[in-house]
Amino acid sequence: MTFAPSHFAAVLLFAALASVVFGITQRSTTQAMVKYGLYCFAMFVVAVVGAGWLMWLIRR
Amino acid sequence: MASNVHLPAKGAAHRGTDPVSHSSSYAYFALILGWLIPGAGHVLVKRPFRGLFLFLSITCMFVLGVAMQGKLYSPNAGEILNILGFVGDLGAGLLYIVARALDYGHGAVQIATADYGTKFAVVAGLLNFIAAIDAHNIGIGRKS
Repeated sequence: MTFAPSHFAAVLLFAALASVVFGITQRSTTQAMVKYGLYCFAMFVVAVVGAGWLMWLIRR
Repeated sequence: MASNVHLPAKGAAHRGTDPVSHSSSYAYFALILGWLIPGAGHVLVKRPFRGLFLFLSITCMFVLGVAMQGKLYSPNAGEILNILGFVGDLGAGLLYIVARALDYGHGAVQIATADYGTKFAVVAGLLNFIAAIDAHNIGIGRKS
């Protein structure tokens, strides 16, 4: 049983699964859960892409 | 300036009207069960769909971590990072116990994705801690 996703796929999986848990545990109503989960997912992805570009700039 | 407004204690507003009114021991049972089986605490406090989503998310994250050949930390009194990793892994409850019993999880990280797998397993455990505490909060009426 081996699973070897690309780095970006691993990030997306991590962000999606963690966002579901954050959404459910940090908000009380269904609508607020969905909104907060999507917000967390977007923040995860934006932070990763931003950090990626930052590392690219540092490397140059 | 003194105020004459009397606010109820946090969570007290729900205790009388919430259909899920539980004793403290019941809430602690939800905490323990939620730790052992991700999402089970929410099922116990009558939030089955939340429990189902939590179960799927946390279990998927842990299983993917193991499938990525991530390391499962074992109990030891050595380095502080190993101890913290073990505490994180232990948060997954029965998932960790079963994975250790079946000898899943590599002792040392050898490929890049295995390092991600290690983090997936640790974070799955930490997220399960949050989920179990959330079930407890619902049980005592602090959260709806």
